[in-house]
Amino acid sequence: MLNISGLKEGIVLDHIEAGKSLDIYYHLGLDKLECPVAIIKNARSNKMGRKDIIKIENPMENLNLEILGYIDHNITINIIQDSKIVEKKRLSLPKKITNVIKCKNPRCITSVEQELPHVFYLADEKKELYRCLYCEEKYSE
Amino acid sequence: MRHMLNPLDFSVEEIDRLLALATDIEHNPSKYAHVCDGKKLATLFYEPSTRTRLSFESAMLNLGGSVLGFSSADSSSAAKGESVADTIRVISCYADIAAMRHPKEGAALVASQYSRIPVINAGDGGHQHPTQTLTDLLTIRSLTGRLRDMTVGLCGDLKFGRTVHSLINAMVRYPGIRFVLISPDELRVPSYIHEDVLKANHVEFEEVNNLDEAMSKLDILYMTRVQRERFFNEDDYIRLKDSYILDKKKMKLAKKDMFVLHPLPRVNEISTEVDKDPRAAYFKQVQYGVYVRMALIMTLLEVEKPC
Repeated sequence: MLNISGLKEGIVLDHIEAGKSLDIYYHLGLDKLECPVAIIKNARSNKMGRKDIIKIENPMENLNLEILGYIDHNITINIIQDSKIVEKKRLSLPKKITNVIKCKNPRCITSVEQELPHVFYLADEKKELYRCLYCEEKYSE
Repeated sequence: MRHMLNPLDFSVEEIDRLLALATDIEHNPSKYAHVCDGKKLATLFYEPSTRTRLSFESAMLNLGGSVLGFSSADSSSAAKGESVADTIRVISCYADIAAMRHPKEGAALVASQYSRIPVINAGDGGHQHPTQTLTDLLTIRSLTGRLRDMTVGLCGDLKFGRTVHSLINAMVRYPGIRFVLISPDELRVPSYIHEDVLKANHVEFEEVNNLDEAMSKLDILYMTRVQRERFFNEDDYIRLKDSYILDKKKMKLAKKDMFVLHPLPRVNEISTEVDKDPRAAYFKQVQYGVYVRMALIMTLLEVEKPC
């Protein structure tokens, strides 16, 4: 198995669906960070068969990890301090997501005013339904 | 500072207060003739809607205020590519309150996010048109004396008609409301109105094709136009547009105290012979539209009610 040294301080995103780590890398804006970031693809997992892992060493910036709840709420967030896991965060669907998905309604104001942020709000948690803040059209893949 | 973007932005109690103010304005117009002296309403109409714009302007003039604005995107900075956000920032320096009509859905919300003055959504595409809903509520309340325990028939284009969706959303908040949804199968209310509004609120409703059979049950008949612009196919439009025409013969089937409403403009879905029937309330509805806009302007400007 490929060896990547453990983190002393930082964040480990574990149980990412295999192949999704690069999407998450860009969604979280990790490409813009100065700190070391390791992406491990297709790691063996007893639970998932294969999984991806992202390790972020000592990020100075506040990462908006809430968005992971929308992308995949099975991801585990481990906060590492002194080489130990000090906190495991559970993910839930975020109430609001900004600039992650785009409204496809051609009648929406966002279709003509390109600089507007694409904001969606959680309209129905049970159905995992998001609606555009502006036109209230529901989001579908 | 508050805006009016969606009729559901106001609670039932707030709507009741607004309608009560509109009714007082109706009965004592001179009392309100100067409550907005020195105030300015900007009408920002990115698409033409003469009636709605004039209703707003009439409302502000009746309150002693003045109006400025534009009536099409061509005559505004939008033609030069200015964003809604920038336009409202500029207008905030010129006026005390703004009414905005825009072809794109959510435009008024965008304006409210950047505005220093209250914004009234005067229609954003097929999305919301709250002052039409407030007009409908005031008309029903004024004519029947209540907004509860009644059967409301909605007839025509129930699929694309935003006034219908908005009215259903507003009326399910009152007790004892039943709906009869009268439309061709192709133009029934969308599934979210079925599931998320009617069924979720345990509201009694039925869907029928035949207007004649529904007439005798109704306390209110809300007619709508089958809009040509909502169709992709001209043949479909021609086939369906005359499906439901209200005439004298159908009015004979209705209760003596039923009222007919229509958001106007009508094409031919209400025969002109019905206009003389005392139950035809669609032109009174236009007058109520002015009163309710006066009440809304006063409420959003936080103008004190005169003694």
